[in-house]
Amino acid sequence: MGSTSAENHGTEGVGRRDLIKRSAALGLISVPTMSFLSACASSGGDSGDKAKAGKKTAKNPLAVNDTAGMEFVLFDGGFGKEYAEDAVKIYEKNFPKASVKFSATQKIQSTLQPRFNQGTPPDLIDNSGAEQMDMGVLVGKNQLTDLTPLLDAPSYDDPNKKVRDTLRPGIVEMGQFDGEKVWILYYAYTVYGVWYSQKALDSLDEQYPETWDQMLAVCAKAKKKGMAGWTYAGKYPYYLPFSLYPMIGKVGGREVLDAIDNLEPNAWKHPAVKACFEAYYELYKKGYVLKGTPGLDHIQSQTAWAEGKALFIPNGSWVENESANVIPEDFDLAVAAPTGIDSSDKMPFGTIWASGGEPFIVPAKAKNAAGGMEQLRIMLSEASSKNFTGKVKSLTAYNGGTDGIALTPGLKSGVAALDKAGENVVNPRMQDWYVQLQKEKIGVSGLGEMMAGRLTPAEAVKKIQGFADETAKDDSIKHYKHQ
Amino acid sequence: MQHGKYRFIVGFLALPLGLYALFVVWPFIQSIYYSFTDWTGLSPEFKMVGFDNYSRMLDDDIFWKSLQHSLLFALLLPVVTIGLALFFAFMINVGGRKRKNGPVITGVRGSSFYKIVYFFPQVLSIAIVALLFAFAYNPDSGALNSLLRGIGLDDVQPLWLGDPDLALWAVMAVLVWSTVGFFVVLFSAGMASIPAEMYEAALLDGANRVTTFFRVTLPLLWDTVQSGWVYMGILALGAESFAVVQIMTTGPGGPDYSTTVMVLYVYQKAFRDGQAAYATTIGVALLVVTLAFAAVVMRLGRRERLEY
Repeated sequence: MGSTSAENHGTEGVGRRDLIKRSAALGLISVPTMSFLSACASSGGDSGDKAKAGKKTAKNPLAVNDTAGMEFVLFDGGFGKEYAEDAVKIYEKNFPKASVKFSATQKIQSTLQPRFNQGTPPDLIDNSGAEQMDMGVLVGKNQLTDLTPLLDAPSYDDPNKKVRDTLRPGIVEMGQFDGEKVWILYYAYTVYGVWYSQKALDSLDEQYPETWDQMLAVCAKAKKKGMAGWTYAGKYPYYLPFSLYPMIGKVGGREVLDAIDNLEPNAWKHPAVKACFEAYYELYKKGYVLKGTPGLDHIQSQTAWAEGKALFIPNGSWVENESANVIPEDFDLAVAAPTGIDSSDKMPFGTIWASGGEPFIVPAKAKNAAGGMEQLRIMLSEASSKNFTGKVKSLTAYNGGTDGIALTPGLKSGVAALDKAGENVVNPRMQDWYVQLQKEKIGVSGLGEMMAGRLTPAEAVKKIQGFADETAKDDSIKHYKHQ
Repeated sequence: MQHGKYRFIVGFLALPLGLYALFVVWPFIQSIYYSFTDWTGLSPEFKMVGFDNYSRMLDDDIFWKSLQHSLLFALLLPVVTIGLALFFAFMINVGGRKRKNGPVITGVRGSSFYKIVYFFPQVLSIAIVALLFAFAYNPDSGALNSLLRGIGLDDVQPLWLGDPDLALWAVMAVLVWSTVGFFVVLFSAGMASIPAEMYEAALLDGANRVTTFFRVTLPLLWDTVQSGWVYMGILALGAESFAVVQIMTTGPGGPDYSTTVMVLYVYQKAFRDGQAAYATTIGVALLVVTLAFAAVVMRLGRRERLEY
């Protein structure tokens, strides 16, 4: 910090002298504004005045100061803001003397980046959406609070159970970057896989295929009826991994996915990766991919799929909400774990990718970090979780919370898929660790090109391995390893 | 005396120059300063790293690709757009056949209607235009491929934005479509101020329309064309190209980096990857390219001014 401000004063001084020399009037205007501007862009001090800890009781295990204010900024996206407002009401009820400032915005970065730069961030943030702030950088620059106290606190419903033990598999691990500390709590729980209409599959008189030969047979049957087997978000081919990565995990075992995430040399050259790439490429070669798919964006591909032009689409559980207006009433939406190659696969059929969404963070410089964590603890109660699932048709990080509420077809199928998977849930981290590598390099330039028929699987493997090696060598990117 | 005059001028210029310095010059200085740091854009801490960002930029394949595309935009778009706009404006104002009892110099039939039609895209925001064309380019059910199917070309179904060989051209076509109208109106206004006697004299000398255009219209319109050229070039390097590439293309910037441009790369580095310092470095490169473009156009276009 010290060096920063010193440097800023340096430039400011030069600029000021220079300008005064030329025109006094100009200088009069620019001097105060210039120091204001430089303060805006990058300086700013420690806020210093953090809230004092309150009294630790059974009801208040995080020792929240019951008079301290708490500020909560939510991403106002597909899940809306009602669920958070309900949770804020509980906080206000539990701490009647505290003033809570709640706001919801789609512009997380534009609103909050300056506040991080000034050292005055809010106490709890849902850092999500198109304007998500890069988590790796926030962690790397020590801008976040370790959430371990929250995870070790007794849960809201059962004082004998820690919060940590009420969460779904993978949630705690996803919040870690390098080491034991947990920086992020993902509140929503997303199931990735192959989405389809049970009704369409029934009309072909077929079951969801478990081996690739069966998959090709189903696609051939569909083609005869004038229906493509697959479509995907061709303009954003990084949707393909939603079913391709867990397939790689199923065929070659978890270690293959871990090696890929760890950017190990030749990780992509593993035979399982090649087998899966070739399987997908076969879909293209045999003409089972909907014509024109490489030019469709996610909405257009989902619409074509909902209209019955294609049978399968790799996607996440948000698709039910996102495409609600085009999915017909009797569509009978279902999700399945990815089809494997054959019975020699390392993991059983049912191996699925599920992981957290809606990352919540408590900034390191928050004035009332305990308050932010307490708000999260409230949200992780069974009642709040049920409220969320009922309102926005998505699961939460809370393990359970689906009894007694009416589930939509897609959600019900997601819960069933998770039950079937049991322990076999994989969680590739590429998309939150290395965004550029995952999206434009592996996704657009690798998989996208292969599925459009412009690269062979062997070429795609080679190209992607090259990208991964490049990222491994790039020291401007922070690197992570599976623990 | 001299001194008093200086103070008088400064008194008038202080406010606009102050605002200019504050909102234009100062941000430039700041970004150049940040390009020598390792600032992430997400925390107030950073340190000086000298020319690291610049040497990294020179080794960055994506940067070179984006530079190449931006240069292509800056060179090609003004030629096509201004060429088309000049042609349209000439036809609207001068190119018409002489009609009975009408004025000697006139536009083609229905020219006042065309003038409005050409200007129409200008009232739509570039974001909407890009979205509309993203739908039109949809290979499955978009207007273009449906049209091709409709006229029996079932086998010609390009992927448009999904094809690395076509995507950049598809994007450029949108920019031409959306900006040509503005220049038609600009040049029409310029042509309207050219005295009709000049055209009449040219006609009496037996000049045809092509000769009239190159010997009368273009020389008298040269100043307008030149500023239009610079304006269009800056537009092609800056905000407009960002909007269409960001909204329309695969990735965005794809497929396989076939449409990435410098502004898009600046945005991605600053706001997706948390590498604000590197983004400002690319921004400095963009500044150099833009200044060089303006300088070259001004230099090449310098001509003696015609008074009329």
